[in-house]
Amino acid sequence: MHDITIVGASICGLYTARALRAEGFAGRITLVGDEVHRPYDRPPLSKEFLVGTYEIADIQLEDEDEHLDLNYRLGQPAVGLRAREQSVELADGSLVRGDAVVVATGARARTLPAAHGLEGVHTLRSLDDAIALRADLQPSHRLVVVGAGFIGAEIASSARGLGLEVDVVEVAPTPLAGPLGSRFGGILARLHERAGVRLHSGVAPATFEGDGRIRAVVLADGTRLPADVLVVGVGAAPNVEWLSGSPVAIGNGIETDQHGQTGLPGVFAVGDCAAWADSATGRPLRVEHWTNAVERPTVVAQQLLHGRTSMVPRPTYFWSDQYGVHVQFAGSIVDHDEVVVEDGDVDALRFLVTYRRAGEVIGVLGVDSVRQFTRRRRALSAIRTPA
Amino acid sequence: MLNVCPLSELPPGEALRVPCSPPIAVFRTEEGEVLAIDDTCTHQDASLADGWLEGCQVECPLHASRFDLRTGAVDAPPAKRPVRTHRVEVVDGMIQVELSLDTPNLPPGLAAGSGANA
Repeated sequence: MHDITIVGASICGLYTARALRAEGFAGRITLVGDEVHRPYDRPPLSKEFLVGTYEIADIQLEDEDEHLDLNYRLGQPAVGLRAREQSVELADGSLVRGDAVVVATGARARTLPAAHGLEGVHTLRSLDDAIALRADLQPSHRLVVVGAGFIGAEIASSARGLGLEVDVVEVAPTPLAGPLGSRFGGILARLHERAGVRLHSGVAPATFEGDGRIRAVVLADGTRLPADVLVVGVGAAPNVEWLSGSPVAIGNGIETDQHGQTGLPGVFAVGDCAAWADSATGRPLRVEHWTNAVERPTVVAQQLLHGRTSMVPRPTYFWSDQYGVHVQFAGSIVDHDEVVVEDGDVDALRFLVTYRRAGEVIGVLGVDSVRQFTRRRRALSAIRTPA
Repeated sequence: MLNVCPLSELPPGEALRVPCSPPIAVFRTEEGEVLAIDDTCTHQDASLADGWLEGCQVECPLHASRFDLRTGAVDAPPAKRPVRTHRVEVVDGMIQVELSLDTPNLPPGLAAGSGANA
């Protein structure tokens, strides 16, 4: 193994390079990225970067003291994989040859075609998206956010902090019911009202009015929400189309075994674009969390270089900072039959709850309860770690 | 020297946040060693006293950066800059800390004393 190509120069690609070096790989690593930027951290884009507390230098992921010796090919989307040769074709027609390929092409924001073509309409995924949105969040502007997931809520929170009038529209009856269940999704949604943001849930946006620029969002129930800025936060789609001509199995993401190995020798996939076989069910499961993108590269690097891995993945963990509140979750809520308030006060929006299945704790949700959450998360890991 | 608390009030495996400016975190490892570092993660505003203590390392409770409690060095990113360490003495059963005179590595947004953003 002399030459490894990583396709995708975001956090997952960079962490894959770091993990390869940490595992002793001294050969050539080529990091291909469609954006022109060196790897940067995305979570602050909807928060500290959007409100101007952080600048670009604050979100750069590379450390000037680390010497990863990477061969960057930035601003060059990959357009094809020549599977038998482990070679990657780039948009400029060049070919990156190697002995192995790690696909970490991530995901992109889904859009609403009905709102296309109007000025003031944004999605938020990349640094360039964040720069454009930041310029548009003027205090005199009225913002409508479609989608009350974590990104939508964080953007609403940031915009409200900047002084904008904000409406949030959520098609589902309760925001965040998927990750947190409807009861606690509904409780977290109170953060919007507490901050003076109007939440319209259980109703779809019907039409987008504009005169070149977005002027209003009309909901299916007839409500008309004036808007100068519209943010569409309706989830993400994996960047896998460039592999469609290859033999790699693609469902909701690139399907791999439990260690990121695709069906092709020497080709791995990791991060938001990948659907690893879930260790519990064996079924492909695509996970979009930041912690997944920083932990799994170690598994891939070990598997790729040594054919085995010593790493035991920790339970899924994600967080969201909105309206000055830390929301943290670890584990799973799948098939939970009980939610127990362990600490704090649910009505005061400061609490710790556990999700249980047949009495066993499978998930932990903390709202402004960082210390207690750490303990529970740790206990959860101890249970899940095989002896 | 800053009087923190009696040693008996900080059991092994526990941490205490001392609300000075900037705040510091005092840890008592499972092995019984008492160590002090700056409490604020150098990556983003989080209290390391709320973090996950493992041996002589603490993991930030928010984003899993790890710091060596003896040296303040970053053992795992995303943090890039070390935390300051402070000299600890236990005198007559009282934990005392001598604050470092180095410039602290506070996260962006806190460095100018602007406080946490919403």
